[in-house]
Amino acid sequence: MKIASEYSDGRLTVFLAGELDHHSAKTAVDGIADSIDRYLPRDLVLDLTQLGFMDSSGIAVIVRSYKKMRSAGGRMYIENPQTQPLKVLDASGIDRMIPIAAKREVTT
Amino acid sequence: MTVTNYIKLEFPSFSSNESFARAAAAGFAAQLDPTLDELGDIKTSVSEAVTNCIVHAYPDSIGTISMRLRILDGEKLEIVIRDKGRGIADLQQAMLPMYTTGGEERSGMGFTIMESFMDKLKVKSTPGKGTTVTMLRTIRQRRGFR
Repeated sequence: MKIASEYSDGRLTVFLAGELDHHSAKTAVDGIADSIDRYLPRDLVLDLTQLGFMDSSGIAVIVRSYKKMRSAGGRMYIENPQTQPLKVLDASGIDRMIPIAAKREVTT
Repeated sequence: MTVTNYIKLEFPSFSSNESFARAAAAGFAAQLDPTLDELGDIKTSVSEAVTNCIVHAYPDSIGTISMRLRILDGEKLEIVIRDKGRGIADLQQAMLPMYTTGGEERSGMGFTIMESFMDKLKVKSTPGKGTTVTMLRTIRQRRGFR
């Protein structure tokens, strides 16, 4: 599991890469929480473009990040999940709390 | 029912073995020529069952997890994941969506995902003795690409 983040204009994007399971969940939770504490963003975007696998441990990671954002009055979005992670997200019904979007094309 | 092929594996309940277990299951299932989606379903379900053993069956110790995969009648994948851990006192409750005894680190969606990603899920548990999860998934033969 690899984590990277990017911040601009109140928007924190956290990129998760690799496999998100129970083994890697703590790294992900801590990594996301550290970034939120550092930047205090208005919006958190979880970019899953590079995430090849996720199980229900990932749902718990997302819910915890969502609660942290919401308690600070912020919003959260999930972007560009691959097929397998998307199927797990769908099964969990998490899209009722957090919007899931395919990645927006960069406009010039 | 004819058993066409099988593997048996045993490994300690280290969380680092979660990725090994699902990769091994996917590797064995590959001979049925599954689609990427089917492989994803198999990996996800194995990951959920093995994680349950690690988190719930052996919460304070390292125990043995055994995994047996069989190919039945040349088209069904049977996955049996067994532990000799704590067991589940109330199975009905344990299988409810969002129910968990694992606190905020767990989502309570494991059994729900296994149930919806596999064709059949059977859970047998005896408190103090352990739990056996049996899953079945038919891999349909695709025409024209064999």
